[in-house]
Amino acid sequence: MDTYSLSHLDALESASIHIMREVAAEFQHPVLLFSGGKDSLCMLRIAEKAFRPAKLPFPVMHIDTGHNFPEVIEFRDRLIGSMGEHLIVRGVEDAISNGIAVETADGDVSRNRLQIPTLLAALEEFKFDAAFGGGRRDEEKARAKERIYSFRDSFGQWDPKNQRPELWNLFNGKIFSGENIRVFPISDWTELDVWQYIEREKMEIPNIYFSHQRDVFFRDGQWLSTGPYMSPKSNETVENRTVRFRTIGDMVCTGAIESTATSVADIIDEIAVFRVSERGGRADDRFSETAMEDRKKEGYF
Amino acid sequence: MQADIENDSNSPQIELLRFSTCGSVDDGKSTLIGRLLYDSKSLFEDQLEALERSSRLTGDADINLANLTDGLRAEREQGITIDVAYRYYATPKRKFIVADTPGHTQYTRNMVTGASTANLAVILIDARHGIIEQSRRHSFLASLLGIPHLVLCVNKMDLVEFSQDRFEEIRSEFEQFSTLLDIRDITYFPVSALNGDNVVELSGNMPWYKGPPLLQFLENVHIANDRNFAYPRLPVQWVIRPRSDEFHDFRAYSGQIASGVFRVGDDVIVLPSGRRSKIKEIKQFEDSVPLAYTPMSVAVVLEDQIDVSRGDVIVTTDSIPYVTNEIEAMVCWMHDQPMLSGRKYEIKHTSRSTKAIVNELMYRVNINTLGEDYRAVSLALNEIGRVRIRTQQPMIFDEYRKNRNMGAFILIDEATHATVGAGMICEPAKEIPMPQYDGYVI
Repeated sequence: MDTYSLSHLDALESASIHIMREVAAEFQHPVLLFSGGKDSLCMLRIAEKAFRPAKLPFPVMHIDTGHNFPEVIEFRDRLIGSMGEHLIVRGVEDAISNGIAVETADGDVSRNRLQIPTLLAALEEFKFDAAFGGGRRDEEKARAKERIYSFRDSFGQWDPKNQRPELWNLFNGKIFSGENIRVFPISDWTELDVWQYIEREKMEIPNIYFSHQRDVFFRDGQWLSTGPYMSPKSNETVENRTVRFRTIGDMVCTGAIESTATSVADIIDEIAVFRVSERGGRADDRFSETAMEDRKKEGYF
Repeated sequence: MQADIENDSNSPQIELLRFSTCGSVDDGKSTLIGRLLYDSKSLFEDQLEALERSSRLTGDADINLANLTDGLRAEREQGITIDVAYRYYATPKRKFIVADTPGHTQYTRNMVTGASTANLAVILIDARHGIIEQSRRHSFLASLLGIPHLVLCVNKMDLVEFSQDRFEEIRSEFEQFSTLLDIRDITYFPVSALNGDNVVELSGNMPWYKGPPLLQFLENVHIANDRNFAYPRLPVQWVIRPRSDEFHDFRAYSGQIASGVFRVGDDVIVLPSGRRSKIKEIKQFEDSVPLAYTPMSVAVVLEDQIDVSRGDVIVTTDSIPYVTNEIEAMVCWMHDQPMLSGRKYEIKHTSRSTKAIVNELMYRVNINTLGEDYRAVSLALNEIGRVRIRTQQPMIFDEYRKNRNMGAFILIDEATHATVGAGMICEPAKEIPMPQYDGYVI
């Protein structure tokens, strides 16, 4: 054992803190995008570690699809409230009624695509020039080449061929007015790292990550939750099962998995033997081989 | 940070190893990474299914492990890797971050990018072709970027009948070449990435090979002492000032320790101002720690109310970096617009940004022969040369060779904001009188 060794979680955390402080120092109006999911919770914890005992030097913003799990919304409000930080919520519903976003004809497809115009409008509204996102490179092929500072032109577009090289821990934060960047401070974390960190930090997480009884029906290889935005077709039967969610997103497309995990430790044990990747449970990634790449080009975070 | 450590079975104290892979298109680099992921069971079923699906699309008989890493559509269409892709896998002993970089000359900049954060470089050599120009170039770049450990994988051993003679021939040729390099630790592996020989398990096809399989080596290679613990340096990123009732006069200087160890009570100097103080407290979030070391992110409270701001560097009085306006550095050019002597750029080094002029291109390196061309007047994309740079504000640095974090910089084009150059400081440009701080001559 070396005297000055550092565990992988400590090394990852330190690098993420460094990224957040660089952005706070070099950008005019950063914002932290928060969904209530495990990745954004880790970002929030890292932000606290970077700036306490002062307040965070940026607000927290949730782009609400309007199809979120009510448990998550309740959790979000309670958590941010107890931290005394500033929460901004901008909804896809509003964007639809303002005509900024247009819903597709097939009603039950995910609203992830509609988050794009909503997010862009919110960035514009508050003149945010840097937005922290919880994206990780291990999630999907197209993310493997994503930069930590991901540049967007004034249309919010991502050009995979025209990204700046990132060397050492030296980030080039120069932008022209009207441009903005997405910053991914936990790019180098994996799903397992995230859970190990949540466990180590004893962080509270939304209860739907843990096993519970829920009315679900089976579609496209996954269990979907019944609810106000989602109902089974005539050939699909509703069953009450013991499930939990591995990712938290739009209710319409986030599949539950059958699980009896009731603690973070259980979840970590479960992940260790999983044979399907995290995004294997998200219908919106299945459209095509390059689904994520296409969505990112449009400005998806 | 020690206070945080808990011996919890689910959060093992494993180390992080970053390595880069360099190889030419057909060396089987992507296949090797695919093999490491596949055999260490870091692949999920849906990723495997997607792989099988795309193998069917391209008509390959077997699963093409390279499809795992060649992510972007353009790459799949052209069958080459055009950017740096990062891959993650873990074993019970280590977490690995792999920077997968392309091998062509025209992608030197990607190789430099991938190598900049690596502890170790894996270089692939096709056993049939032996050491070629590209192998030498990759090794030179690994050496230039200060990667402490080099792993030479002689791949496709199955295509040379697993011949020990062929392996030894390649090894001795490389050993001869490597005397030109600045790399302490070089290890050789005979492998077949396609079939998995000596990658995760020892191969029955090469009973003459007495070393460990590649993965076992990667799990155990000693990296903790590669960091510089001799020069305490804290580049200040952000000043924490709560201005609340509870923390009315609280002021902490936060940053990631670039090198060395800091202890509470250490006598420190803040550069470039030269003001002196003592460390009162080292904070990591809510914890107060007695000491902290690179690469921890910390916040330091000083005994005295002195002026410290972003870009300043806190150092201890017993080891002081250079503070000068003129440096000599090796620069790798990253942009289509060539580097020209006399042009102004912005330079970012540690948490400091200032303006810089490239005064002189001293020579350009032929990265294939390592020859130096003193007649060169500019550096084009992917070219490397030694330059003399003058900066508006003083640079606070160590030689890159001794201290990577305090010797690395990037050059930014002021007009386009593009990152155009990656630099490694060799030394101060000339003998200039060094400033003195309270009797300390630096």
